Amino acid sequence: MASGAGMQLSRDKLLEAYRTMRTIRDFEERVHDEFEAGNLPGFVHLYAGEEASAVGVCLHLDDQDRICSTHRGHGHCIAKGCDVEGMWKELWGSSEGLCAGKGGSMHIADLSKGMMGANAIVGGGPPLAVGAAMAAKTLKTGKVAVTFTGDGGSNQGTTFESMNFASVFKLPVLFVFENNGYAETTGSGWSVACGDIVNRAPAFGMPGVQVDGFDFFAVHDAVGEAVERARAGEGPTLIEVKFGRFYGHHEGDNQSYRGPDEVEILRRDHDCLKLFRNRVTEAGLLSDSDLDAIDQETADLMDRCVEAAKNAPRPTPDQLTTDVYISY
Amino acid sequence: MARIISMRKAINEAIRQCMEEDPTVILLGEDVAGGEGSPGADDAWGGDMGITKGLQPQFGKDRVMDTPISESAIMGCAVGAAASGLRPIAELMFVDFMGVCFDQIMNQAAKFRYMFGGKAQTPVVIRTQIGAGYNAAAQHSQCLYPMFAHIPGIKCVIPSSAYDTKGLLIQAVRDNDPVIFFEHKVMYDEVSDDVPKEAYAIPFGEANIVRDGGDITIVAMARMVHKAKEAAEVLAREGIECQIVDPRTISPLDEDTIIECVEETGRLIVVDEAYPRCNMGTDIAALAAREAFGALKAPIQVVSPPHVPVPFAPELEEAFIPSPEKIADAVRKTVSYGA
Repeated sequence: MASGAGMQLSRDKLLEAYRTMRTIRDFEERVHDEFEAGNLPGFVHLYAGEEASAVGVCLHLDDQDRICSTHRGHGHCIAKGCDVEGMWKELWGSSEGLCAGKGGSMHIADLSKGMMGANAIVGGGPPLAVGAAMAAKTLKTGKVAVTFTGDGGSNQGTTFESMNFASVFKLPVLFVFENNGYAETTGSGWSVACGDIVNRAPAFGMPGVQVDGFDFFAVHDAVGEAVERARAGEGPTLIEVKFGRFYGHHEGDNQSYRGPDEVEILRRDHDCLKLFRNRVTEAGLLSDSDLDAIDQETADLMDRCVEAAKNAPRPTPDQLTTDVYISY
Repeated sequence: MARIISMRKAINEAIRQCMEEDPTVILLGEDVAGGEGSPGADDAWGGDMGITKGLQPQFGKDRVMDTPISESAIMGCAVGAAASGLRPIAELMFVDFMGVCFDQIMNQAAKFRYMFGGKAQTPVVIRTQIGAGYNAAAQHSQCLYPMFAHIPGIKCVIPSSAYDTKGLLIQAVRDNDPVIFFEHKVMYDEVSDDVPKEAYAIPFGEANIVRDGGDITIVAMARMVHKAKEAAEVLAREGIECQIVDPRTISPLDEDTIIECVEETGRLIVVDEAYPRCNMGTDIAALAAREAFGALKAPIQVVSPPHVPVPFAPELEEAFIPSPEKIADAVRKTVSYGA
């Protein structure tokens, strides 16, 4: 497993990394509360605990690089620069939401930020990312595509086809497998027959690396190399990010399939935010007060966004039939 | 004495009784028990809606199997096993996921019998959730059953009561052809009625006349049967008596009963939660126009959602789903036609 020694990021980048991870965490903790209070319609799948992956990846990308996400997509959206207030309004189903209230949690997207959508079909994203990479290659933009897929989605035929396809065409795409140990309730140690997802990389003719997903720096380093390869025209890379989620598959999940104290131990010993803080303060790169200020900033941001979402305009019935086609 | 149970319980009971009576019946799908390969409890979920809870403890892991998230393999495995001596019940969590695995159903299961000159038998049941109402948005809320009714070689069941659910599911398992069993997710707990404890089968292709009435025939399926009943109660107070017909299976479709009913009342409305193009509404309307044209006193109406994906926002989703009010309006328009 890659160790993540590289902490050579600038102060601004380090602050940005922490701010984005903290924003995701606060967003998800607040979604948990608001959902529990009965304020949010539909289904939500929380990313808390997995922040180092989204941020470790997306810090390498700009708005023209594209990502495809999953049903557990809030973190990817925030890391790719989606407007947080617009996301909150979307969760509330407001017509001012990022998708006009038509998509909801499982379909948040912002193409202008290169975010091609959360996706409610497991394995729906990888072929799309291959397409984004094909566009980048054909148009010679130097841009890359990343598909985030869970351990569950790693077992879909669409995913296998996409990896082979990307290698055949040497496309600038990263297959990031976020292995949080469970496909809904089913253990990834059982459902991934070759043990680790990374073991599949050679079979698809691409390099593979497995990283500690609680360690932002490990993710960031591994992805940096893969993005460089992709931009240099050397083809796709598989990255398996191993970690755990702080919540259930979806809100309302009884989680009886998990081990005793599993989540408590994750939160205590494997919290990417705490680990990041320890690393950067011990190395003297950032101070506790730098980070505390961000904590306050993101907490305030959530309060403002939730207030805005609660009071945001509702869709009107005529909006039911808009935006099905461009012309019809 | 009445034995009132929910559709949720009716499904569980039907599968349990089928598995008790036939050792070749197996159940497979994503988290149908839950917890495979995980450190905690087995049978953690019993499917994402808890429908199949308790079956794995009774029948064991050889007959009730969690699977990887691999819909093509789940469906193909069930189809191949059915053609090789088992009677699998495969769960496709949401019908929307059919996009991932349609080939195994559309080109394989549906066609074996015909392509192989009548030599194959594929007794597979595919259970899947349909329908809007949970704000689950565009990829978890569709009906899509007309797409399956379109395909020769598969049978399509869409129950509206707990009683029908149990009897039709048992028939589906005993049936020797591929059957898709569509369960409206909102109805699992919304609908309860009198269900006998013992196993019984309801034959396919037999519509059920849910309500008698001489002024108009309303054909409806699944949750729309209940919306139509609500509309009928309102209309009865206005002096309009609605007959409600639930086909229960859309392939085979009980054309005779529908035609007889239309000939009796002279008016027809079809209520279908599926998208309006090429849905059961248009299919049944064409049937009536073709076979009962002379009896019709008014144009046929189809009450369906508009031609749009299912929206997320609760008020938009509510506007999407055909309501008792919309059904009642269509009935009034039809009954007053020409007056």
